[in-house]
Amino acid sequence: MEWETVIGLEVHVQLSTNSKLFSGSATKFGAAPNTQANIYDLAMPGTLPVLNKDALWMAVRFGVAIGAEIGKRSVFDRKNYFYPDLPKGYQVSQLDYPIVGKGSLTVTLDDGSEKVIGITRAHMEEDAGKSLHENYQGMTGIDLNRAGTPLLEIVSEPDIRSAREAVTYLKKLHSIIRYLDISDAIMAQGSMRCDANVSIRPKGETELSTRTEIKNINSFRFVEKAINYEVRRQRDVIEDGGRIVQETRLYDADKDETRSMRSKEVANDYRYFPEPDLLPIVIDEAYIAAIRASLPELPDAKKLRFRDEYGLGEYDAGVLVSSRELADYFETVARGSGDAKLAANWVTVELQALLNKHNWEVSDSPIQADRLATLITRIKDETISGKIAKTVFESMLDDASEVDAIIEDKGLKQVTDSGAIEKIVDEVIASNPNQVQQYREGKQQVIGFLVGQAMKLSQGKANPGQVNTLLKEKLK
Amino acid sequence: MIEKTVAELSVALASGDISSVELTQTYLDRIAELNTELNAFITVCDESALDQARAADAARANGEAGALLGIPMAHKDIFCTQGISTTCGSRMLQNFVSPYDATVVERFKAAGAVTLGKTNMDEFAMGSSNENSFFGPVRNPWDTNRVPGGSSGGSAAAVAAGLCAMATGTDTGGSIRQPASFCGITGFKPSYGRVSRWGMIAFASSLDQAGTLCQSAEDAALMMNVMAGLDSKDSTSIDRDVEDYTATLDDSLDGLKIGIPRQHFAQGLNAEVEQAIRDALKEYEKLGASIREIDLPNNHLSVSAYYVVAPAEASANLSRYDGVRYGYRCENPLDLEDMYKRSRSEGFGDEVKRRIMVGTYALSAGYYDAYYRKAQKIRRLIKNDFDAAFEEVDIIVGPTSPHTAFELGAKSDPVAMYLEDIYTIAVNLAGLPAISIPGGMVNGLPIGMHLVGSDFAEARVLNIAHQFQQQTDWHCHKPAAFRQEG
Repeated sequence: MEWETVIGLEVHVQLSTNSKLFSGSATKFGAAPNTQANIYDLAMPGTLPVLNKDALWMAVRFGVAIGAEIGKRSVFDRKNYFYPDLPKGYQVSQLDYPIVGKGSLTVTLDDGSEKVIGITRAHMEEDAGKSLHENYQGMTGIDLNRAGTPLLEIVSEPDIRSAREAVTYLKKLHSIIRYLDISDAIMAQGSMRCDANVSIRPKGETELSTRTEIKNINSFRFVEKAINYEVRRQRDVIEDGGRIVQETRLYDADKDETRSMRSKEVANDYRYFPEPDLLPIVIDEAYIAAIRASLPELPDAKKLRFRDEYGLGEYDAGVLVSSRELADYFETVARGSGDAKLAANWVTVELQALLNKHNWEVSDSPIQADRLATLITRIKDETISGKIAKTVFESMLDDASEVDAIIEDKGLKQVTDSGAIEKIVDEVIASNPNQVQQYREGKQQVIGFLVGQAMKLSQGKANPGQVNTLLKEKLK
Repeated sequence: MIEKTVAELSVALASGDISSVELTQTYLDRIAELNTELNAFITVCDESALDQARAADAARANGEAGALLGIPMAHKDIFCTQGISTTCGSRMLQNFVSPYDATVVERFKAAGAVTLGKTNMDEFAMGSSNENSFFGPVRNPWDTNRVPGGSSGGSAAAVAAGLCAMATGTDTGGSIRQPASFCGITGFKPSYGRVSRWGMIAFASSLDQAGTLCQSAEDAALMMNVMAGLDSKDSTSIDRDVEDYTATLDDSLDGLKIGIPRQHFAQGLNAEVEQAIRDALKEYEKLGASIREIDLPNNHLSVSAYYVVAPAEASANLSRYDGVRYGYRCENPLDLEDMYKRSRSEGFGDEVKRRIMVGTYALSAGYYDAYYRKAQKIRRLIKNDFDAAFEEVDIIVGPTSPHTAFELGAKSDPVAMYLEDIYTIAVNLAGLPAISIPGGMVNGLPIGMHLVGSDFAEARVLNIAHQFQQQTDWHCHKPAAFRQEG
């Protein structure tokens, strides 16, 4: 039987506010345990929440950016359960009236086609603390630094049909969140986390079948692997005549498998009810309009512009807009060098290779955009050849001096002086009599070999066009 | 001196007739002598009270003034006080010392008031008799076989017996007004949001409100001048100008329209209490007020709705007492679940556990609509009843309680105890300001008269209560056994 995979993703992103959702404690990553937890975070008796306005602003910013409905009157609810890293015994979240309602995201699939994936809702909630099980000899330590950090939970419709599609959606979401500057969205640090709801059904079936929820997936790659594993597992269970049980499963990256969590934890009744310590959040059109006006150019719009303005192809434009930093970098190079195509080429090939090799962000690159622009300008004005430019690029990694100074110091300037080139050409003709003979007998392709020899002799600095022309003239 | 109201003491302090240290020592001596019998205080702060009194006297010598400067007071043990234990009447918090002051406490401190100690209360403010305290019941100074009412029973008894000049309390369903009524004092509950809840241990967040227990409406106005106001730490506190509540106390009541709810003068009301209230109403007529009957048609639903909403909120508010970070933790827990279960089973009393269970049930999947949602709808109907009534009248007057103080142990059935607040509970559901003032005596026990105002009509309610107290002396009656000057 042919199966269809149905996936919906729940993505939590930590909003990059300076302080927590309902308290003034700092939210920096990696601080010593419990140094960022005040009396509210510790759930001391009598303490009360006050909403962080920046968190609200960021949540609405996301909603406006994806064209979603914005909850004009949204309500916080208490989600009740006992756990040591949940100090109040309830998490303040949003159930019936989330800040962001229905919206959607358009993604470009591997085959180049576009697909719209529905977003059901996005709501604000508090993060929990952490339980530390190591080094406590039979006891558990509690770190409440993370408790109360603002999260935006973004819930997709079950519109996703494969693990690849899930990753594509997730990367697009990541890109938009980064463009909006509302979260670091670093999966490895937990500032972006993903739970996947996965089910399979016979192809052609329209009803949803029983799903499992995979938790604890902390990289794009693991999202793909976890879903693929889970789809295989479900198919095996069904084809062996079994039934899928609705449950929460944990992904174990080391073993590359998903495992059932105790069903007891799944059967929680959270007894949601409106949080009486907070009034409903009422926002008006002016608030939304101010956010709309503050939005940066988002990836889809930027991609269109890059194609129109710079004449870039679909693929290059797509790569360049995948992050705001890369897109900005490209634009600086394109404008500085006056050659967008060459700029796109250098950024997508050489720069990307460099970033990938060192696992760097754009901002980590020792070669900043203005220097790359100068380098490209030197190719265009024929100071250096494209090939030599790569050598210069390498040198620029450890040498922070001016591009022109590097070219000068290393003697990499292209030789365009016809006298000097003539000397080289004469030498090549003199030392390769056989090839010269063959050329004269009509074997035209030998010219390539002779040009190569001349370039070698000049250590790559001779202008290849001039060498070619001169060789042909002399061998007439 | 202990017969004097806050207003009178304030004059005595200002004129130098007495110092705050002398006054504070007088009250501390009385507490030492009488608290064993009344059990009104859980904690007495001898040293820090005298320190504060000395500071107040020094401030006065430096030219500082202020109506409450140097006035000795007590805080209900539900308000967090930095460095002083805050128990909320519970074993759960028996050894809890708050790292911070409640906004209410902070404001009284800033006004120079002296904190004598923390008063007894029903555990987590759940109760109408003060018999639910882990620290034992409080006794009514008018008859020590009787309850002082609850949950602010310690504050009410302390004021009535002259163990402090004034006290704070909290009122979720009548917890200030009913004990004020039973103890023959003035108990004022402001509108929801008028006084900050920061640092006031939560029972039912949408109903809890801090207020005053003292000897007169004028004293309540002086206390409100300090307590009321916006607090950025409490999102439900109201951004609305605070009036000078003493400024309008003497306004004339000529033309005042009083509504008496049919439903509050019906079956269940003790005949002598009814007669006393009807007699008291005649005093208002003398002052130029007119009286008419009004309808609060959904009043009979208020106790039921309250006992869904309040326990539901309490069930979540009390989840933080889990033995993990502070408060009671059971001995040698086997594992996490054992620690939760035993810490909470051993740390909470029966009434608290009962309400946690009721509230948990009301919020459970499949029952939410039938209970919680329905109760919220009733709440709206009750508010609408009041809004309609205030289209016609300026104030609603009736008895605070159907009867006078009952004997300890007389009400062992929880539902009978819940019905104690039948006249007061709707006011919390609607968030309105209300006061209980002494309105008569029967068989040697005080009767409370209940005045309810419209939203944020604090000043008007206090004015109307004050005018009655200018006309009558019920508020000057003292329990003989406890009010003889030593």
